[in-house]
Amino acid sequence: MLQVSLLIALILLSLAVMGCMFRVLKGPSMADRITALDTIGVNLIAIIAVLSMMLDTQAYLEVMLLVGILAFLGTVAFAKYIERGVVIEHEDEDRDDRDDPVDR
Amino acid sequence: MKTKTEMIEMIQWIGEPVISILVLLGALLSVLSAFGIIRFPDVYLRSHAATKSATLGVLCVLSSAFLFFWVYDHYPSARILLGILFVFITAPVAGHLNARAAYRTGVPLWKLEKDELKPALKEKGIDREKAKKEPLN
Repeated sequence: MLQVSLLIALILLSLAVMGCMFRVLKGPSMADRITALDTIGVNLIAIIAVLSMMLDTQAYLEVMLLVGILAFLGTVAFAKYIERGVVIEHEDEDRDDRDDPVDR
Repeated sequence: MKTKTEMIEMIQWIGEPVISILVLLGALLSVLSAFGIIRFPDVYLRSHAATKSATLGVLCVLSSAFLFFWVYDHYPSARILLGILFVFITAPVAGHLNARAAYRTGVPLWKLEKDELKPALKEKGIDREKAKKEPLN
């Protein structure tokens, strides 16, 4: 019974990833694609958890944590890129935003 | 008084349907959130579907995995607890950052009569319409 329900859950999660993949390919704006990619990462965590339950091993749990961290960092970097055009801002690039041009 | 093996068998007998129901509920919530991502008309509404229900679905699946390893391996797994905590903290933060970036770069809203954030942002020097014409600076 447990194996059957785990198999059904795995199929449903794969369907969810396919639905998000449709939005990644079609999405009219860049933010749609980033939202769908973040959801794919979150679904991937669930898939790894179900897989480690099916195989009855704890070997894949580190992979789950790593995928979560990488999906979050990727989403933050993409969001910052479409907002500002850069990912890491340097000190002297936004110096012309200030009022007093003292250091120039 | 029952022996220890009888207790363990009883715990497994109770735990199996609970684990099954939790994992099926989580997978069903993930499918519903994917349906919302496909069907909703707007980035912001899609972000609503992607952030809330997908997070709840993954939390259900991870809780069932936690119960599974606790029932069958006889000790709770700290890594799954870390995973639950991490997903619970980071998924709304990522959704918020993404929706904020989408709004500031001028992704159009679906059917909104009154946009009160737009003049407030214009005072701070961020113009949505200008950012829409010049994507990625």
